[in-house]
Amino acid sequence: MAKKLKFESVKPGDEIPKFEVTGLSRGDFVRYAGASGDFVPLHYDQTFVEMAGIPTVFAQGMFTAGLLSKALTDYVGIGNVRQFKVRFATRVWPNDTVTCMGKITNKLERDGEKQIEGDLIVLNQKGEPAIRGSFRAAVA
Amino acid sequence: MADKSLIGKTGKPFKMQVDWSKVREFARAIKDSDPLYFDPELAKKELGGIPVPVTFLQSSAFWMESGSSPGFGGFNPQRILHGEQEFELLRPIFVGDTLTGVTKIADVYEKEGGRGGKMTFLVTEIEYTNQKGEKVAIARSTLIETGQAVKA
Repeated sequence: MAKKLKFESVKPGDEIPKFEVTGLSRGDFVRYAGASGDFVPLHYDQTFVEMAGIPTVFAQGMFTAGLLSKALTDYVGIGNVRQFKVRFATRVWPNDTVTCMGKITNKLERDGEKQIEGDLIVLNQKGEPAIRGSFRAAVA
Repeated sequence: MADKSLIGKTGKPFKMQVDWSKVREFARAIKDSDPLYFDPELAKKELGGIPVPVTFLQSSAFWMESGSSPGFGGFNPQRILHGEQEFELLRPIFVGDTLTGVTKIADVYEKEGGRGGKMTFLVTEIEYTNQKGEKVAIARSTLIETGQAVKA
């Protein structure tokens, strides 16, 4: 939604509500391929990945980053993200469960706006980070 | 080898139409069912137009042509990993906008890596301008070329 957080009512340490996706499927990766135009066969072609010595297809990093961005916009409101950065760590496989999380680290004024900064992370079901990231967003 | 001469090279500008069906498809793919992506009247009232997801500019792949990329010199595509991705969102992007993107090689550098031996980093930036000439976003990618083929 287009809600905006209130500058006065947020503080460093505040957590973004978790967004958990259970049982990711090959279909999820195929759908993201079609949506994004990322047709690298590592993400949907079992024959190709086996030839490359990889046991099975795995998620596009930007698919997982997309799930994380949804957790962020659910919290700060669509239209308020000013910067979003992700670094890819471990791969995400079919049947994995991922949990998207984050927390506020700083409050600031920039470009004539009240803003917040924070850290982001996506963990798999073993607690391994799939993505570490950061964001900056406008608040009211 | 990190070929510093690539820095500053740009591709040919490409056009990208921000199409509602593509925005809906993208929102569904990232499991975001927020009504602002699906209800034009609500989106117009709340934001002034139908917004795009934070990472939607990834789909610019559909609009690039040969020449849109500045070329990566001697980088070996078999050994390239997508290491990082960043979006700076400077102004709102709405369905109906026509964006112009220009890809630039922003940096090339080397680091000693772990499993993959010496790694070369290539940072590309795509700068997007809307139909009013306003700079709306920068998409920054860090690609990593490992010294050896990447193991699973």
